[in-house]
Amino acid sequence: MEEGREGKRLMRDLTEDLVELIRRTSCELPQDVRQRLAEARIRERPDSAARSALETILRNADQAQQESSPICQDTGTPLFYVRYPAGWSTFNLRDQIRRAVVLATERAFLRPNAVDSLTGKNSGNNLGDPRFPTLHFEESEGDALVVDLMLKGGGCENVGAQYSLPDDDLNADRDLAGVRKAVLHAVWKAQGRGCAPGILGVSVGGDRGSGYLASKEQLLRPLGDQNPDPSLRQLEDQLTREGNQLGIGPMGFGGKTTLLGVKITSQHRLPASFFVTVSYMCWADRRRRLTVRENRAEIE
Amino acid sequence: MRRIETPLSEEVVRSLKVGDSVLLSGTLVTARDTAHKWMVDTFIRKTRAPEGEEEMIHERLQFLLREGAIYHCGPVVTGLKTKEYVFKAAGPTTSIREEPFQAEIIEHFRVRAVIGKGGMGPRTLAACSRGPAVYLHAIGGAATLIAKTIRQVREVYKLEFGVPEALWVVEAEDFPAIVTMDSSGQSLHSQVESQSRRVLEELLAS
Repeated sequence: MEEGREGKRLMRDLTEDLVELIRRTSCELPQDVRQRLAEARIRERPDSAARSALETILRNADQAQQESSPICQDTGTPLFYVRYPAGWSTFNLRDQIRRAVVLATERAFLRPNAVDSLTGKNSGNNLGDPRFPTLHFEESEGDALVVDLMLKGGGCENVGAQYSLPDDDLNADRDLAGVRKAVLHAVWKAQGRGCAPGILGVSVGGDRGSGYLASKEQLLRPLGDQNPDPSLRQLEDQLTREGNQLGIGPMGFGGKTTLLGVKITSQHRLPASFFVTVSYMCWADRRRRLTVRENRAEIE
Repeated sequence: MRRIETPLSEEVVRSLKVGDSVLLSGTLVTARDTAHKWMVDTFIRKTRAPEGEEEMIHERLQFLLREGAIYHCGPVVTGLKTKEYVFKAAGPTTSIREEPFQAEIIEHFRVRAVIGKGGMGPRTLAACSRGPAVYLHAIGGAATLIAKTIRQVREVYKLEFGVPEALWVVEAEDFPAIVTMDSSGQSLHSQVESQSRRVLEELLAS
């Protein structure tokens, strides 16, 4: 790396590393998700449609990994969460990410998914207006650049929901008991259409926009992690259990596993508002991380 | 596990029941949001006039879809530049979005099988009883596996809709699916929905 004018470090070109991040995110199911699916498979009856669905899903994940082909044809919206140390240029990072998305689309790791909402025209190269793909930048301490990529498809995006409490129909008040009811309702409403068994990201509070942003970001958390807040940790476990009691099952075929996990965060809110926002992620919870430190890039 | 093949006879379709596992072979035509609306507007309700090659495409579709299968799918396709098209990833998309159009399309084209995921609604279920036709649920996200059952991409129409929304005509061999809506008015989706609704009510009351 060289010092440029104004003391900004000129970065190495991360484009190919980013393409590799996209490839692995699209084609290799994360280990924690794979493990939960394997556990879910054993819980289903041997001759059931639910079990057959999970077996197909796991076989598909193996094959996709071996052949570097997308786990799911809906490679979704690429959401990049970039934490960069002081000195990196977000202009350059943005260019490199967008170029990597174009290359990954040419190499069929991504499906062209950017459709102009006014004309209906697909851009063909996965670049849309400046907000597609989605880029979040945040300056961080330390010397490592971290890029988290999540691919979130349309099927599950369509079954996300936002509730405003108190909710009369659900008899849900502005407390964790009310949050529980809203989330259970969202899971029921989704049935199998989000490609159950799903993973939920939930935000309590915020405004309508920050509610969706924060709930989606929860989907980056490893399935086995623990919520630092004890009451949220308890609610996460309870909702996973109760979501499964609904019996919707894989693909909505009926079965024992409807949720692989629930991750909840809370944000400050206006006195007048109390939103519970649910981002529903399908079982193909595709997320991976690129870390760049001292000119070495590592993907996990 | 039962092997079935297009063209699908009335007899075969009537014998398929909710819960049956099938391996489907033969010709599939992919169609999703844009294509469904286009077919209904142009050829059925006729709220717009066919342009250019569209009447020719209509005739071709009438041939391909009669006793045939529609697949709700937006594939990842390679070979776009050379036109040697290959499906790389081809799992189903959520079908319920086509509910406003599906019954009319089943009737107009005499479609026997609609393949997708998540099920469809009462109008489509009624059209399945009349047709007869069935809804075959493919495994959402088994994109690579399903692509392997697509032996050949024969034709493509309306590529101007974009790769995911075009009408791809393909040959499938042993495409796995489960019957979740049949021609006798049964739907696994409404069964699971009411069952889970009862549990939800209990949980909300506690």
